[in-house]
Amino acid sequence: MNAIVTLQNVTKRYTRGKQTVEVLHGIDLEIAQGDFVALMGPSGSGKTTLLNLIGGLDQPSTGSVAVAGERIDSLSGSRLAKWRARHIGFVFQFYNLMPMLTAQRNVELPLLLTSLSASQRKRNAEAALAVVGLAERARHKPNELSGGQAQRVAIARALVADPTLLVCDEPTGDLDRSTADEILNLLQVLNREHGKTIVMVTHDPKAAEFATHQLHLDKGKLVGTTATSTTAA
Amino acid sequence: MKFLPLLWASLWRKKTRTIFTLLSIVAAFLLFGMLQGVNAAFERTADLANVNRLVVVSKISFTESLPYSQMQQIAAVDGVDAVSFNSWFGAYFQDPKNFIFSFPVEPRRHFDMYPEFKLPEDQLQAFERNRGGAVVGAALATKYGWKIGDRIPLHSTIWTRKDNGSSDWNFEIVGIYTVPTDVGQENQFFFQHENFDEARAFGRGRVGWYIVRIKDANQAAQVGAAIDALFANSTDETKAQSEKEFQMSFLKQLGDINYIVTRILIAVFVALLFATGSTMMQSVRERVPELAVLKTLGFSDARVLTLVLGESVLLCVLSACLGLGIAALLFPALKDVLGLVRLPGEVVAGGLIAAVLLALITGLPPALRARSLNIVDALAGR
Repeated sequence: MNAIVTLQNVTKRYTRGKQTVEVLHGIDLEIAQGDFVALMGPSGSGKTTLLNLIGGLDQPSTGSVAVAGERIDSLSGSRLAKWRARHIGFVFQFYNLMPMLTAQRNVELPLLLTSLSASQRKRNAEAALAVVGLAERARHKPNELSGGQAQRVAIARALVADPTLLVCDEPTGDLDRSTADEILNLLQVLNREHGKTIVMVTHDPKAAEFATHQLHLDKGKLVGTTATSTTAA
Repeated sequence: MKFLPLLWASLWRKKTRTIFTLLSIVAAFLLFGMLQGVNAAFERTADLANVNRLVVVSKISFTESLPYSQMQQIAAVDGVDAVSFNSWFGAYFQDPKNFIFSFPVEPRRHFDMYPEFKLPEDQLQAFERNRGGAVVGAALATKYGWKIGDRIPLHSTIWTRKDNGSSDWNFEIVGIYTVPTDVGQENQFFFQHENFDEARAFGRGRVGWYIVRIKDANQAAQVGAAIDALFANSTDETKAQSEKEFQMSFLKQLGDINYIVTRILIAVFVALLFATGSTMMQSVRERVPELAVLKTLGFSDARVLTLVLGESVLLCVLSACLGLGIAALLFPALKDVLGLVRLPGEVVAGGLIAAVLLALITGLPPALRARSLNIVDALAGR
C-alpha cells in the first residue's frame, strides 16, 4: 500500500482548567493514496481531533504524524501553515465561507498564498467552480447561495490549490438528504475521477457508504476498519 | 497588493459601523488639517519677518502708545538706518464681521521701510498729496471690489473724530499695492497719519509702535538695547524686539495658538483612539471563525496579524486622506485671514503620519489577538 497518511502511536491530551483529558489513545493508522476514508464514531470518540491531526491543524501529544512523506508533528506554527497551504484542502460542516466575498473570491483565497498572477488566480478559481458545477454563480455572495451551493463553493476552495489531501469535517451535516447525496457524489467523483485522497468525518452511515473505507473510532481508539464493498453512487 | 481586495471587503463587512467610524476619523483629520494649517500660517508669518527690522513698543504694554517725538531720537541711535511707525486703527467696513487691518502711516516713510510692498511711484505720490487718501492691498481690493477713486467708509472701534464725535472715517483709494513674496500681506489698509492725527479726538502726537531698520542684522540686540536705554526711566519706556518676536507676541494677543491647537488635537485624538480601537476590537471579535478559517487555509499567524493591521491602516489612512482633502479644499477660503493659499505640505504629511500611528495603536491589540488565535478552539467556538 502506498500510504499517504501514517500515524504511529498517536495520543492527544487536552488540558481544560485543572483537568487533563486524553482524547486519542495510541492510534496507529495508514491511509493509502487515492483512498476515500470515512471516520465514523459516536460523539466524543475523537473523530474531529484525529482529523485535525491529519490536517495539520493540531499536533499530537505523543507519537508521529506523517503526510505525503513529511513528519508534521514537530513543525513550527509558521511551517505548518505553509504545509497546510500546499497539501491540505479543508471542507467544514458549516461551509465557513467569507460572507463579504463573492464565490470566486472565496475560492481564490488559498491562491493568495501562491505566486500566481491575478489573472491566473481568477482562471483557476473559475475552473474549480466549474468542476463543482457552479461556474454561473461565481459573482454571488454566500448569502445568495443555497446550503448545497455554499458547500460546493467550499469544496471548490478546498480543491483550487490542487492539494494532496482533502479533509472534510461533517461536510453534509448541515444539509438535507438529497443535497447531502449531491455533495457526497461530488466528493466521490473527485476521488474516483480526479484521484483525490479524501478523509471525511461523519456520523451518518449513509454518508460513510460513499467512502471506500470506514474507520470506526470509539473512546479515542480505532476499533475497526471496514472496506465498503459496494460504494453508494 | 493582492490582499487589498480582501482587506477592502473585510473593512466593509459592517457597512454602517465602518461609515460611522470613517466619518469620525474624517472629522478629526479635517479639524487637524484646519487647526494645524492655521498654526502653520502663523508660524510662517513670523518666519517671513525681516531680520533687519526691529519693532519698538511701549515697555508697559504692546497696546500703549508712544510719543511721536521719540522717532527722531531713535533715528539718531548708532546703527539705525531708518525709522517709521504704525498705529492700530481697529476698523471694519460696513459690518463688524468685515474687519479691516488698517493703519495710519506716513506714506513714503512706510513704503520705504517695507520694500517688499510694491506700490507704483505715481500712486505713492498721490498718497502723499491726498490727505484723505488710502492705499490698500490687492487682495483686499479684490475681496470688496474696490478700485482707485472709490470712497471707502471705515468704522473705527477705537478712534473718534474730534469735529463730530463720530467713529466713521472716509477715505479715497489712491493706490493699490502688492506683495509678490507674501500675498497674505495684501490685506492691509493704509491711510495718512498726518490727517488722522489732526482729526482724532484724543491721542494726538502719539503712535502705536516704531519700526526700525538697522544697518547690520548682527547688531540687532545691541541697537535694541541702545534704544531702550535711551528712554529708560522716562514716562515712555520702550521695549525693542525683532520683527519676528513682535509678530509672535502680536499673535499671542489671540492666545498661544500652538498651545491651544496642540491641546485640542490631543483631546480629539485620544477620543478617537478609544472609538477606533473599540471598533477594531469588536470587528475582530466578530470575525474569529473567519480568521480561523484563513489560518486553516495556510495563512500564517504573522500574515493574519498583518491583515488586521492593514485593515486598520486602510481605514485610518483613507479617512485621513478624506479629512485632509476637505481641509485642503476649504483652506483657500481663509486666504484673506491667514495669507496661505493652500494647506501646507508639512501639515498633510504630519496628518498622514498621525493616521498611520493611530492605525497601528488601535490595530495592534486586535491584530495580536488574531495572531494568537488557536485554530481548533476558534473553529469549535471556544
